[in-house]
Amino acid sequence: MSQDLHAQTLTQLAVGLERGDFSSVELTEALLDRVAAHDQSLNAFVTVTADAARAAAKRADAARAAGDIGVLNGLPLVHKDIFCTKSVLTTCGSRMLENFVSPYDATVVERLANAGAVVLGKTNMDEFAMGSSNETSYFGPVRNPWNPDCSPGGSSGGSAAAVAARLAPAATGTDTGGSIRQPAALTGTVGLKPTYGRVSRYGMIAFASSLDQAGVITRSSEDAALLLGVMAGFDERDSTSIDHPVPDYTAALSGSLKGLRVGVVRQHFDEGLDEQCAAAVRESLAVLESQGAILTDVDLPNLDLSVPTYYVVAPAECSSNLSRFDGVRYGHRAKDPDDLFDLYCRSRGEGFGAEVKRRIMTGTYVLSAGYYDAYYLKAQQVRQLIAEDFRTAFADVDVIAGPTSPTPAFKLGDKIDDPITMYLNDIYTIGANLAGLPGMSTPCGFVDGLPVGLHLVGPHWGEETILRCAHHYEQLSNWHQACPEDYE
Amino acid sequence: MSLDKDQVQRIAVLARLRLADDEFGETVDKLSRIVDFVDQLGQAATDNVVPMAHPLDEAQRLRVDEVTESDSRDAIQENAPLVENGLYLVPKVIE
Amino acid sequence: MSSSWEVVIGLEVHAQLATRSKIFSGASTAYGAEPNTQACLVDLGYPGVLPVLNEEVVRMATKFGLAVNATIARRSVFARKNYFYPDLPKGYQISQYELPIVEHGELFIIDADGNDKRIGITRAHLEEDAGKSIHEGLAKSSGIDLNRAGTPLLEIVSEPDLRSAKEAVAYMRKIHALVRYLGISDGNMQEGSFRCDANVSVRPRGQEELGTRSELKNLNSFRFVEKAINFEIERQIELIEDGGEVVQETRLYDSDKDETRSMRSKEEANDYRYFPDPDLLPVEIDAAFVDAVRETLPELPDAKQQRFIKEYGLRVDDADILTNSRALADYFEAVVAATQGKTQGVANFVIGDLLGALNRDGFDIEQSPVTASDLAGLLDRIKDNTISGKIAKEVFDAMWAGEGTADDIIEARGLRQITDSSAIESVIDQVIAANPGQVAEYKAGKDKLIGFFVGQVMKETGGKANPGQVNKILKEKLS
Repeated sequence: MSQDLHAQTLTQLAVGLERGDFSSVELTEALLDRVAAHDQSLNAFVTVTADAARAAAKRADAARAAGDIGVLNGLPLVHKDIFCTKSVLTTCGSRMLENFVSPYDATVVERLANAGAVVLGKTNMDEFAMGSSNETSYFGPVRNPWNPDCSPGGSSGGSAAAVAARLAPAATGTDTGGSIRQPAALTGTVGLKPTYGRVSRYGMIAFASSLDQAGVITRSSEDAALLLGVMAGFDERDSTSIDHPVPDYTAALSGSLKGLRVGVVRQHFDEGLDEQCAAAVRESLAVLESQGAILTDVDLPNLDLSVPTYYVVAPAECSSNLSRFDGVRYGHRAKDPDDLFDLYCRSRGEGFGAEVKRRIMTGTYVLSAGYYDAYYLKAQQVRQLIAEDFRTAFADVDVIAGPTSPTPAFKLGDKIDDPITMYLNDIYTIGANLAGLPGMSTPCGFVDGLPVGLHLVGPHWGEETILRCAHHYEQLSNWHQACPEDYE
Repeated sequence: MSLDKDQVQRIAVLARLRLADDEFGETVDKLSRIVDFVDQLGQAATDNVVPMAHPLDEAQRLRVDEVTESDSRDAIQENAPLVENGLYLVPKVIE
Repeated sequence: MSSSWEVVIGLEVHAQLATRSKIFSGASTAYGAEPNTQACLVDLGYPGVLPVLNEEVVRMATKFGLAVNATIARRSVFARKNYFYPDLPKGYQISQYELPIVEHGELFIIDADGNDKRIGITRAHLEEDAGKSIHEGLAKSSGIDLNRAGTPLLEIVSEPDLRSAKEAVAYMRKIHALVRYLGISDGNMQEGSFRCDANVSVRPRGQEELGTRSELKNLNSFRFVEKAINFEIERQIELIEDGGEVVQETRLYDSDKDETRSMRSKEEANDYRYFPDPDLLPVEIDAAFVDAVRETLPELPDAKQQRFIKEYGLRVDDADILTNSRALADYFEAVVAATQGKTQGVANFVIGDLLGALNRDGFDIEQSPVTASDLAGLLDRIKDNTISGKIAKEVFDAMWAGEGTADDIIEARGLRQITDSSAIESVIDQVIAANPGQVAEYKAGKDKLIGFFVGQVMKETGGKANPGQVNKILKEKLS
């Protein structure tokens, strides 16, 4: 058996399985070995589902022998621990759900399983997806495979680290303000957040319902296209999922970039962006141009307001979404409460970590009597302005390209004490969530040995365009193939 | 400091969150900084701007009125910290 | 009650909508199941689950809106009302706040002077019900049953147009009849399917500004609504006249003590932090939908009442009673259609005998053991003189007890009326012979004694003699 199965992308593994070069059981065992060897130091997993994975791999091999297989038959992947999985813990990175076993599977989990995927485990994340560094997890921070002193980003940090370290070829993630794209950029992986409503949110534990969207972290756009095709599509259990046709994303990868209008946002390169990152992004834009893309300046006048807007809207929704965690039906319950009020306050006080509590309180404040108009309503109006900026921009361009994150991976502990600095990490990614647009990050170089991401945003339902753009870029640059030394 | 201790305490009660004593001071400080930060929204000119609650301009889809769920109380209550005779228990509520 | 005070009441009626499944989930709404067996993951507020709106509730709310001549919102929005309570699993109730589905409606009640009075309906909005806290049988705990959580409610909010407890009850009865007519609620008050909150205030007569109101919660019978409001009016007036001030608060009516008492506020300072529910999109209703619903509207109580007066020549109060429920009105019309008897006679029998029996035994009209066609059969026998009206009551009781049709019972008990003149004459002759004193008095001018003679004849014939004939022959013989 080949020793480098872990080095292959999902698409390559699919070919190998199809050819019979190796079985899903062999592939699964190889990856479980790697998880066992490396995850002590990375802390990318909350739960490893080795037995279930072996059983699923066996079933996949049997199905292949019987000739009855889905498009992901026997292919391993990992789920961010925000997706509900039947019979397996779903913690959402929180003490609140430390022992929670969901009685049902999320739609995303179900669709990937139906296509034959083998789940290796559940990945670590910022608590309830609230964080940009994976440091708010109750289960401890995840380490960046490129430098163990650095954060892998967040909130889908465990997923990104697992894929970057070749512990799994692909992972699911969720993105509320950049939680797929930022960790993808910081770990040298490909991260795709689809259009809001493209993928069902059913079974994805809600942080901010009008911003959350499920997506993937992979090692190529090709792999992202493959998975999106399985995950996307209308779900009658999610009122906000949209009945919009699912195209063949893999087929959409080919085709040239000639004449593709790529918008470049001037403000993205203003102060705040690391100079070397800026240089890497500029170079990647030049590559696109060399392929016939037309670079155009676009203006997003309200960009500066996107982070404050987000930090009103997201906490407001989260304060309400997290009210259900009250220690009564599931989740952490305080011992020996004096009365009902005490049960609530202590169960929640003990079950939630500091950042989650801060966001709940921020949200409670901005919705409370006397402040609603000044904060929540105002933020909803500014959100409209930001969405309008994008609508205007997409009248002239097909894609907006720029940096994913202002800096490469930062040191663990560097930003955790300053919420505002942490929040500003998401300045380039948040706009896509506010406007519901698809966005992705693909590797575009290194700064001091740490990966940098190129951010591509499309109009609503524009996944095909950004995937094609990223795929072309990957063919020419090969940054996405770089592997951290310790994980080759 | 844009928020004082009393305000933070009031918010904590509304949100049903017990903050440990050593958490409290830090929370007042950080929440104040967050509020100061989002205060910049006040500068935006938003007269006559329609508030945006959803990223897509779509209408609610309706479900056919059918019973599709069956009883799975026992399985569901495996997650429940405290139940008796199928009821979820809480400290006595007096109305 | 001092007449220098004017009472101002507004009602919030909560009608449970008669759907099969819940407003946002596919769990059953059937009443009376074992605790928490009809609470699915959505009703329980499990992590990750999402609400999907039941189309039937939109149709039902639209139906109601059309029936009260209201505006049906083309676009309505669900919002979250946030507060913590054990019967509220998500920590928020999904309701409608700024943009309800129904606005600006009206209906008419009859006021104390017998005139039509318009009561404005501010709005009617859709929302989910909460679960139930159970306190009995548990020592230091309360038990939570979430079967009712997520049951669809239509909250119907009136303008503060009601001026007395009586008007409030009349309004509530009208809404009750209406929702049952429309088939959108079973209106069952014992099961909590129909209940109301009352906002009550008083102000000096002539004053424009409203007094401070209190909100009386969860009134689940017409009688309690009246008693609670009257108690509250007295309490407020006394309080003000003693130099006190009414505070705005929620009060609970205690039917055992017949008093209202202050409820400790659920949340110290109520701050519900309403905001649009991001899990649900705006509900859009187009003209075609509204038109289709309009097609399904039945004849409404007021229109039916007018028709009964016109078509059947009924008195207003009889028509009012008979149109109180659609089932009763249908029953009445079915009897009218099937009998040769007079319409007023049908009305009298249905209102007097049938409703009496239903009330006595606690049955709904749908459960009546005597069907409309059976009753028509009985009334036919009065019409064709087979039996008298008096005997008919005996026959009806036997029918009620399940002894068969009117004809079976008349036959079996030998109740057929005596219409043979010679037979009646011979009984009359006996009676005259047996009562010479009364005969003399009658002849001396005491006309009222005719009743005595009729009674004696009836007694002798076991009530079976035809009363008309008895009267006629008696008068001839005594003259």
